[in-house]
Amino acid sequence: MSVLEKRGAEPSGQTPPAPDDAGTTNATKTAAEPSRPGRRGLPLILNAVSVVLGIALWWAAAAAGFKLPTPPEVVSRAGTLIADGTLGEDVLASLTRVLIGFGLGTAVAVPVGFLMGWYGIARGLMEPWIQFFRTVPPLAIIPLAVVVMGIDETPKIFVIFLAAFLACVISTFQGVVNVDRTLINAARVLGARDAVIFARVVVPASTPFILVGMRVGLGSAWATLVAAELIAAQEGLGYRMQNAQLYYDLPTIFVGLISIGILGLLMDRILLLAERKLTGWQERR
Amino acid sequence: MTSKPAKISVQGVTKTFALGRDTFTALDDVSLDIADHEFVTVVGPSGCGKSTLMNILAGLETPTAGRALVDGAPVLGPGPERGVIFQQYALFPWLTVRQNVEFGLRTTGVPKAERRSRAEHFIELVGLERFADALPKTLSGGMRQRCAIARAYAVDPSILLMDEPFGALDALTRVKLQEQLLRTWSQDKRTVLFITHDVDEAVFLANRVIVMAARPGRVYDVIEVDPAIERNEAFRLSPEFAALRNRVWHSVYHQEGRTAPAAAGSATS
Ligand SMILES: Nc1ncnc2c1ncn2[C@@H]1O[C@H](COP(=O)(O)OP(=O)(O)OP(=O)(O)O)[C@@H](O)[C@H]1O
Ligand SMILES: [Mg+2]
Repeated sequence: MSVLEKRGAEPSGQTPPAPDDAGTTNATKTAAEPSRPGRRGLPLILNAVSVVLGIALWWAAAAAGFKLPTPPEVVSRAGTLIADGTLGEDVLASLTRVLIGFGLGTAVAVPVGFLMGWYGIARGLMEPWIQFFRTVPPLAIIPLAVVVMGIDETPKIFVIFLAAFLACVISTFQGVVNVDRTLINAARVLGARDAVIFARVVVPASTPFILVGMRVGLGSAWATLVAAELIAAQEGLGYRMQNAQLYYDLPTIFVGLISIGILGLLMDRILLLAERKLTGWQERR
Repeated sequence: MTSKPAKISVQGVTKTFALGRDTFTALDDVSLDIADHEFVTVVGPSGCGKSTLMNILAGLETPTAGRALVDGAPVLGPGPERGVIFQQYALFPWLTVRQNVEFGLRTTGVPKAERRSRAEHFIELVGLERFADALPKTLSGGMRQRCAIARAYAVDPSILLMDEPFGALDALTRVKLQEQLLRTWSQDKRTVLFITHDVDEAVFLANRVIVMAARPGRVYDVIEVDPAIERNEAFRLSPEFAALRNRVWHSVYHQEGRTAPAAAGSATS
């Protein structure tokens, strides 16, 4: 009981941290939740206004005689492409490539990054290669990949894999290297052995880094997709746009661009959501 | 008290760190014995090796020369009989207060139900029951420190090594946590090594104040405080306290030859 009354007196005594203390008391309940939509509402409206304005501007430019398709043209082209199934097939083909390449890339990058961060030997062995390939844009690998792997799906997925892998491996490695020594020491004095330290300290502590790496990796994977689909593809958003270019088919190019943008945005949002869920414990500055 | 064997024994411990091509002597031939149930505070200027000494006792660093014994056995690594509270709170930020407190119980294989009830007990002891499921980021400095204390207590160590645990707190919270620490200590009588740079705190808490000096880190002075004195506000305001405080203060801030090493330091650089 004496502890309780002492605690009650505490916030008033802590001159500088007092507002913080009071604020956090509320934050652990629900006070932070209702205030969020209010704060978010305005930017959302601004976003919508901005999008509408942008489309209006585009339309105006097209009407003014710039070599652009008008929004209705693009929408109707999207309609036909959806109706005859082309867009669906293209999206599916592109998504499959990106997801396989990105999935493999992260799946390999995370353990490799951990190994590099945890074991000096692994770092010494792998660092030169990673540093080297980091300076070579994945697209520059395409000619080599085509010669070595042929023109089927393999080289396309490979360059996407490489792009995602490189972005994610470096960030995972950074995460492991940056794990606070005191946290590892704290775990050790609480009786944790290496395996437990790894699973219960190193992994959670580097999760924010891994997720940032994944988001960057996803960006690189998308960025590489169109170029990868230049390699003798039969379908895919990049291929469709490339093909449309031959016939000056601007509406189709627009449909392709917008689809890539929307898909990329959606996937990024999904990762962002995962990031919020998994790294909500971080103190934001 | 003299008949008891030393709970902690530091024997001629020297610790050097490689500093480029040079070596830096953080601890130079430090010897000290701490009896069972004793509350010892260590005070000294920044960089005198207080944390290094604690890390050696915690088993996180090995001495370059000499040895550290706990219960008569050399320290070879961390152990559950030694609880450590770090200068930085070192709470796991992704775990709630309860999960932090349970961490040591999980690693030592305490079954779930017992883990729960023991964590509950220590969370209550430090007055954080309303925040048991809160993440560290939502806690104030004082609350984080209490959580770190609960986490160390939960493993039930016979020795507590505390490195400036109240260093980052405001005066009022600090006094409260000091009193709470003494209350629990007077009940369970753990052996405590408490590092601080605050002279008042060192005197108020201790059975014995160890004053260290820097460059190289060494034991400079030892001041006994009568353990029979009751530690309360009256003691804090008493002339005995003032006298002890004076002595420790002089020992810390007017160390003989204090200017000499500084001059030597500037000559080498
Ligand atoms: N890992 C290390 N490598 C090199 N030097 C170190 C290392 N750890 C500590 N030192 C040096 O040893 C000296 C003592 O450090 P220590 O942290 O023990 O001091 P301290 O008495 O705890 O100081 P403070 O009161 O500021 O916490 C310092 O000069 C520090 O620079
Ligand atoms: Mg220190």
